[in-house]
Amino acid sequence: MALIDEHVNEAVLKNLDRKENFTLFGLTVPYLFLIFFLIIIPVGWLFYMSFIGRDGSYSFENYERMVTQKSYIRIFLTTFKISFLTTLICALLGYPLTYFMSQLSRKWAGICMIGVLIPFWTSLLVRTYAWLVLLQRKGLINNIAIDLGFISEPIKFVHNTSGTLIGMAHIMLPFLILPLYANMRAIDKDCLKAAANLGATPTRAFWTVFFPLSIPGLLAGLLIVFVICLGFYVTPAVLGGGKIIMAAMKISSNIELYFSWGAASALGVVLLVVTMLILYIASKLVSIDQIGGNK
Amino acid sequence: MSFLNRNVSETQIRLKDRLWLYIFSILVLFLLIVPSLVVIPMSFSGSQYLEFPPKSFSLRWYEAYFFSSSDNGMGFNDWMGATWTSIKVAVLTIFVATPIGTMAAYGLSNSSARVRGILFPIMISPMAVPIILVAIGLFYFFVQFKMVNSITGLVLGHSLVAMPLVLIIVLSALRNYDMNQEKVARSLGASRLRAFFEITLPQIKFSIISACLISFLTSFDEVIISLFVSGGDNSTITRAMFLALRDQIDPTIAAISTVLIIISSGLLLLTQLFGDKKD
Repeated sequence: MALIDEHVNEAVLKNLDRKENFTLFGLTVPYLFLIFFLIIIPVGWLFYMSFIGRDGSYSFENYERMVTQKSYIRIFLTTFKISFLTTLICALLGYPLTYFMSQLSRKWAGICMIGVLIPFWTSLLVRTYAWLVLLQRKGLINNIAIDLGFISEPIKFVHNTSGTLIGMAHIMLPFLILPLYANMRAIDKDCLKAAANLGATPTRAFWTVFFPLSIPGLLAGLLIVFVICLGFYVTPAVLGGGKIIMAAMKISSNIELYFSWGAASALGVVLLVVTMLILYIASKLVSIDQIGGNK
Repeated sequence: MSFLNRNVSETQIRLKDRLWLYIFSILVLFLLIVPSLVVIPMSFSGSQYLEFPPKSFSLRWYEAYFFSSSDNGMGFNDWMGATWTSIKVAVLTIFVATPIGTMAAYGLSNSSARVRGILFPIMISPMAVPIILVAIGLFYFFVQFKMVNSITGLVLGHSLVAMPLVLIIVLSALRNYDMNQEKVARSLGASRLRAFFEITLPQIKFSIISACLISFLTSFDEVIISLFVSGGDNSTITRAMFLALRDQIDPTIAAISTVLIIISSGLLLLTQLFGDKKD
């Protein structure tokens, strides 16, 4: 008798378990519904459109154009060049700052963190506009440089590569700092003490112990910055003044000016594939929570 | 100058050896914070040109912002109208993104690791897909349903971007929360819903509030989706600013930027305030 009861009980529990899992899955349905209709379907459609030629039949012409036409090759080169240089600038400025912050007490690091988060949360447009104002011919930076006698003629900063790089590096820096900081905070300081104890100079301890331990965070930050740069639109459009054409801008002009969905989609698909590949590598290096920082 | 010989780390680095790092870091922090702030004094300039420091002061650009005529020939409604559209869309985004994101986070945090491993990457995909693709995809989708230039379309687009952020915030709050408390409530006869609202929600409320604020900010600052799916009388302020920026440097934008900075940093301050109270 007892045996049967146990058995029945088990079946009931299993049933409840299944019901519970079903309810929990139900809670995620509205979310998945939106993702399905607003991301998967539209992106899938773009993917389909990328294989439709100008005459409406299936063709690879949209992809062929990318490897044969000089203007497209130039766009790819520009996109990679700007993204690479921005990432490099962010690393050179961000690594020492993050290291500095990771060595401070929690209280002071928190105060510095506010300095990182304020620009992070200031509207992208506001920051781009601020750089436009600062860097223009009669802007603050040229005025100061002339007053101090560094230069006699104003330097052209905006509507070229340098302006774009300055603006983008400023916007991207927090994206490097946040994952790197999380990583550096987690490094056990005793490792450095052990190195010192074994006779390493501070410099040697840094390069042989601290730096290798910070590489996952650094790589994650670099990849995130690079990926976001690849798809950047607003800042190069404004600070580049039409001279810097990156992939996202070409996608937009293909649609707004030429109504050429095929060309735009193909470019978009390439951008998506490259992005996904890089993000996949990044996800192998650090957890996704760290990538998002606290944003 | 004996303080220069003070040890500043556990590996006995003296301050003078590291002075360059301190100076460099403070310089970078300065570069991070200050550039956005120059627009504040600029917005009070009396001149048509953006000179720094401003030679004369006036409120004319705020006047232009708050009382601009609706006929500025720039393809969108007046600045104030665009601001109200942005605020309306951002508030509605809170009401779409936060409940949906919270529900999903709750469902996800109680499911098995296997389900989580499959669903989580799909759910944060709006963060991974380049935003320009999301924007043109939405544009195409909304054309089919005649939702271009509608508030609904904008809210859906912005919610899509805000939901992953809500999900991450609420998930991390639930990770630090002991779900057994809810089980206790349910074993005492409370329904699941009641257990959530009376036991769980009060304990994660600060994270939910910060998720709301972040949804608002995400929508309010969003440019690319707005650029494609909004227009005419339903232009957002970011779309209007971007179009104006591409053409000329209108000092009115300095006034608008100042207002945006105040809104963003105010909300950021609130999130920090709520965020510090560990749920």
